[in-house]
Amino acid sequence: MKKKYAGALRAAFPYTVPIFASFWFLGLTYGIYMNVSGFSFWYPCLMSLTIFAGSVEFVAVSFLLGAFNPFQALAMTLMINARHLFYGISMLEKYRGTGLKKLYLIFGMCDESFSINYTAKIPPGVDKGWFMFFVTLLNHFYWFFGATLGGLFGSLVRFNTEGLEFVMTAMFVVIFMEQWFKDRQHTGAVGGLLLSAVCLWIFGPERFIIPSMAAILLALTFARGRLEKGGATEE
Amino acid sequence: MMTLTEQMITIAVVVLGTMLTRFLPFLVFPAGKPTPDYIKYLGRVLPAAVFGMLVVYCLKNVSFLTGSHGLPELIAIAVVVTLHSWKRQMLLSIAGGTVCYMLLVQMVF
Repeated sequence: MKKKYAGALRAAFPYTVPIFASFWFLGLTYGIYMNVSGFSFWYPCLMSLTIFAGSVEFVAVSFLLGAFNPFQALAMTLMINARHLFYGISMLEKYRGTGLKKLYLIFGMCDESFSINYTAKIPPGVDKGWFMFFVTLLNHFYWFFGATLGGLFGSLVRFNTEGLEFVMTAMFVVIFMEQWFKDRQHTGAVGGLLLSAVCLWIFGPERFIIPSMAAILLALTFARGRLEKGGATEE
Repeated sequence: MMTLTEQMITIAVVVLGTMLTRFLPFLVFPAGKPTPDYIKYLGRVLPAAVFGMLVVYCLKNVSFLTGSHGLPELIAIAVVVTLHSWKRQMLLSIAGGTVCYMLLVQMVF
């Protein structure tokens, strides 16, 4: 039994190293932001544990600083996190049969956990469920660790990390490429890039995600006959 | 300034909203029942498009018309793509691109 956990943890860890680099840094930034906004470290500590969705946690700071308006907070959260709906639809099959762990896998399905768990080539002999569990747990821990540290020592940190945030972009480019190598044809990948870029250009950085999702959904629905006939969707 | 209770409610609402977006597909399409073919199809073709969307999402605040014109980003992405096409070592590609980007924004641009 013990061997099973250790094997899965050992297989999962290397995939999470880039996320360690970006999450402690982003988490730290978030904790510092909370700290200078006048909140005790308990806030980033508890919020990083319970929300675990980076972008919305940054926005939540402005909810907390503004007037009490839970409906607006809910609406904003749903909009920012709507992309998780896509992740869930994509993971329906992969999370199947993972037992109680499934609850935690869904709870912790941030962009990075989803991307790794969807694309990782899990070595034979390694338990799939535990692999995905450890990927999620490690990511969650990195985020929590950075956010709490930032909240505690926020005002003391001074070093030149300018540009480190690019680690996230680099990771998604690599994941995009891995998916590209796997697919036999690339309508979806190219469509996703182009449609999002066009929506970004039209709607601007704050509100392009929902239109992008709608455009992608429409395009994939219309292309279904062609894509399924072309054998692009075989597992 | 909000009261502590109001703050707790606000945080709880954010947790609820986030969990709703994560759990909804699994609640609507439970594992016991057969998932509709259309949803299965989406599950197979969505990720490629979503990864494209995430790349754009990471670059959403880059301005191509002003400042450094997105050059550090484009150069660093080219480094990632080259490294990854060549060696296909995830960590190497990510580290190479990030170090390149940090050098560019700290020293060149």
